[in-house]
Amino acid sequence: MTRSTAADAGLTGPGAADTAAPGPGAVRRRGRSRLRKLRKATELTILLGPGLVLFLGFVLAPIVVGAYYSLYDWNGLGPLTHFWGLHNYKIAFNDPAFVQAIEHTLILTGLALVIQGPLSLGIAMLLNRKFRGRALMRLVVFAPYVLPPAVTAVMWSLMLQPGGLVDQVMKAVGLGGLVQLWLANIHVVLYTNFAVLTWQYLGFGIVLLLAGLQGIPPELKEAAAIDGASPWQATRRVVLPLLGPTIRIWVFITVIGSLQVFDIIFLISGNNGGPGGAADTMGTYLYRTGFQSQAFSYGTAIAIIMFIFCFTFCLVYQRYALRRDTAGALTRAVT
Amino acid sequence: MPATYLVSIVILGITVVPLLYVFLDGARSTAQISNSSTALPNPWVWSNYATILSSASFWEFLGNSALIAGVATALAVGLGSMAAFALSRYAFRGREVFYTLFISGILFPIGIAALPLFLQLQLLGLLDNQFGVALPEAAFSLPITILILRPFMRAIPGDLEDAALVDGAGRLRFFVQILLPLCKPALVTVSLLAFVTSWNQFLLPLLVFTTQSHFTLPLGVSTYQSTYSADTALILAFTALAAVPALGAFMFAERYLVAGASGAVKG
Repeated sequence: MTRSTAADAGLTGPGAADTAAPGPGAVRRRGRSRLRKLRKATELTILLGPGLVLFLGFVLAPIVVGAYYSLYDWNGLGPLTHFWGLHNYKIAFNDPAFVQAIEHTLILTGLALVIQGPLSLGIAMLLNRKFRGRALMRLVVFAPYVLPPAVTAVMWSLMLQPGGLVDQVMKAVGLGGLVQLWLANIHVVLYTNFAVLTWQYLGFGIVLLLAGLQGIPPELKEAAAIDGASPWQATRRVVLPLLGPTIRIWVFITVIGSLQVFDIIFLISGNNGGPGGAADTMGTYLYRTGFQSQAFSYGTAIAIIMFIFCFTFCLVYQRYALRRDTAGALTRAVT
Repeated sequence: MPATYLVSIVILGITVVPLLYVFLDGARSTAQISNSSTALPNPWVWSNYATILSSASFWEFLGNSALIAGVATALAVGLGSMAAFALSRYAFRGREVFYTLFISGILFPIGIAALPLFLQLQLLGLLDNQFGVALPEAAFSLPITILILRPFMRAIPGDLEDAALVDGAGRLRFFVQILLPLCKPALVTVSLLAFVTSWNQFLLPLLVFTTQSHFTLPLGVSTYQSTYSADTALILAFTALAAVPALGAFMFAERYLVAGASGAVKG
């Protein structure tokens, strides 16, 4: 593995020069080795220091400080005086709006896995075949993924107006009977938002899975075919298992992304999460209660709850799924 | 094979039609839109595009987005590659701990951290300031940068480093003059990821900026929508123009994004 070569490089690099020149006296050698150590420490500080400061200052510190704020009753002004323990968390879980927001977030996450997963896998397999126009297809399919979500949201919210492009197209292809008040019907609006999210993010799954598919030598599938496997069997028994690590990384990234979904919902359904909060998610709830009403300590409590969702998922997922990928980068990171 | 094309056409339609719709309806008057929007504009109305391209605020939003994404990318890739070098080619105690610490950042997405981050920025006096967005964005791009760069740097043969050291180059010189040029494909990928992430970021600028002249493009789009809600055509033209930089850059960079994805997959 690459790990051993790197370790070798680290050891033999300066060390080789040292053994090649045998020092005359033990004292001098110790002095030199101390100098070398000092030099290495300096280099490491120069290399790691700035990144570490940036990371600790803007990623870890806010979360840690936020967890502390969340134990107080605080509106962002003045000192923290009113300590009330886990009260913010209690309020949150007793607020039906928040419980509903959690439900919606989990529904969106589940739908992303169940619908976007197979869909992006299917399209990735299609794009992995050779056919005329494949290059164009790839370009087009990935395009929505790089579009700013704000652009996507504004675009779709206009197309989804009653009588808008979506309705017109559906009538034109004979599906006029299925036309809904996409953004106003409380039974539909969450799924409308999901459809827009899918339009935006499907390309990501396709990029990732296509990259994984390209890493599978075609000979393997050919060998399976020669051994009498049907295309379906070859896919099921050869391609999918080899794609396992990629799929598991996709699941990981998708779940973490879905748990924090905000932009598109906020711009399509507004800060109230649509009519009756029917499309409210943890992200929009956090923005509305924590930021807009300036209940900062309550907001940080919500952020911490969202983080706990992420963290729990990660632990469970790491324990049961990612551990199998001995070569997976994320596994190496967490173990 | 016919099935392949049929499916392709459906996918193509679902992806392209919305984009075409925005560009075409941007070239109509609002009255034309409410009549029928499935045909080509007749006549083509270029005044919406002209209005936006001649407005100062569009260019201001564009400039802010470019500045912030540029600073965030430079910091993330610069500091990230330095850290990845230390974490990949030095043997020292606690190396894996540092690595795990950085990578754990993947668990703190910016969307969740935004409110605590907002309070931190308030403390540091960075609210309503471009650096208040660029610095956190750089920090949140570090984990993925290091995750992609470390295996890449590890895979470069140790002999090369030995040769450089025997020739009298220090390790830092080896890093700058030999390793970084060899890592160019991976560096392009992480730069793109950091740039796109920053360019598309919405929540953080929304919290941090109060002055409209500081807004980024995504924030501008949403502001424009609420300000000119009566003039649908103008909003569509603005949206179309806001999509152009991302789509244009993507045309040029598509293969690097795919390469980056496969790099992340292979770990």
